[in-house]
Amino acid sequence: MTTRDYSMTGEDGRRAVEVGLAAAQWYHTDIPRKDMKELMKRSDGPAIRDTVILFACMIGFAAIGIALWPSWWSAPFWLAYGVLYGSAMDSRWHECGHGTAFRTRAYNDWLYQIASFCMVRNPVTWRWSHARHHTDTIIVGRDPEIVAMRPPALFRIVMNFFGIFDAWNGWARMLYNASGRIHPEEASYIPDHEQPKVIRVARIWVAIYAGVIALAVGMGSILPLMAIGLPRLYGAWHHVLTGVMQHAGLAENVTDHRLNSRTVYINPVSRFIYWNMNYHVEHHMFPMVPYHRLPALHAAIKHDLPAPNRSIREAYAEIIPVLRRQLAYEDYFLTRDLPATAKPYREEFHAAMPAE
Amino acid sequence: MSQWIDACGADEIDEEDLIRFDHKGRTFAIYHSPDGEFFCTDGLCTHEQVHLEDGLVMEYEIECPKHNATFDYRTGEALRAPACVNLNTYKVKVEGGRVWIEI
Ligand code: FES
Repeated sequence: MTTRDYSMTGEDGRRAVEVGLAAAQWYHTDIPRKDMKELMKRSDGPAIRDTVILFACMIGFAAIGIALWPSWWSAPFWLAYGVLYGSAMDSRWHECGHGTAFRTRAYNDWLYQIASFCMVRNPVTWRWSHARHHTDTIIVGRDPEIVAMRPPALFRIVMNFFGIFDAWNGWARMLYNASGRIHPEEASYIPDHEQPKVIRVARIWVAIYAGVIALAVGMGSILPLMAIGLPRLYGAWHHVLTGVMQHAGLAENVTDHRLNSRTVYINPVSRFIYWNMNYHVEHHMFPMVPYHRLPALHAAIKHDLPAPNRSIREAYAEIIPVLRRQLAYEDYFLTRDLPATAKPYREEFHAAMPAE
Repeated sequence: MSQWIDACGADEIDEEDLIRFDHKGRTFAIYHSPDGEFFCTDGLCTHEQVHLEDGLVMEYEIECPKHNATFDYRTGEALRAPACVNLNTYKVKVEGGRVWIEI
């Protein structure tokens, strides 16, 4: 059994570079260029519609929550508001970070800044970490966004349903950056000339939080924090629920998204919150395709992909036993069966990987 | 010493699209703009050297297929992170229905 080093500056990362797993060639299903251009096409319409719905719901739920405060009758409205703030903003952060949600770049950038603030993810730092996640998806020591490491930190994952580690780490890092420092891990993937921006954003956020906290103290109530800050905790559960499904229990150190990512059919409300990222194999294989075209992309390439899970429940019925087994035997993972007609994974490359 | 190279037929590239052109160990991207002009840049994205041939051309921008960096293909200017370095551009002329690039 091997002990994995998931840090960006450790031995596994160095070895991945050595054997060619870093910045490698990844498998792509063949799609005619004409069809691909059609799938990649950008438009503002779907994302404007979804954003108007999102902000209208947030304003509405928060207004009712405030009106009913401090009665317990306000709780369901806060919970609904919280899911939009602490979970829907995760997918908005993601899609706008790719720049694919809207056709107009400025719209992507505005929503990206707002979503980054809600999720407590420095918009500069996380743009670079997510680029690395796409270059080296689930390559140990290279991908800074691996959620379910081996052995899986189950306590940490469960606590993150309430934002306990992620949000607190986000706030701690915000204060760290605001003091003018860049963490060595961050420095490993953020170019030097971008680093001052990390510090500038962190300082702006500290000022916003200071204002909200001052207001709460002035009012003698946590109400301002119910609207800004705390929803990152009490509304985080949905993005963790859907986020864990993306890669958990699947192979590490393979250069084929069909083997390390999971597509799951989910209900329409969750799809709105998650902005179709349940089509995760498709998103990783073709990150140029906007969220609203992922169902069409799925239809075009599903003959070449493993069978998707048919529900969130089914995905977790698959994931939980694997994670439990990994607690005792961390080399265990779920092997994805490809359809008989699919092009195989490059086995010879797999054989050249670091010993598992 | 640069020279003009016959790269492709003008009708081989759809409007608002690009093709890849390889020559003597170098690789280029040749674009057909929405108003019918042709342009040429280096073929590899300056972020992580992924070829732009599978990218998306929108008006006068090319978006890299890997991490969505964008460039103005007329000037090579990097417009959106994670690309921070501009693309090299090359002169283009169209003669007799053929696209020539000066490299
Ligand atoms: S390789 Fe082009 S954006 Fe990363």
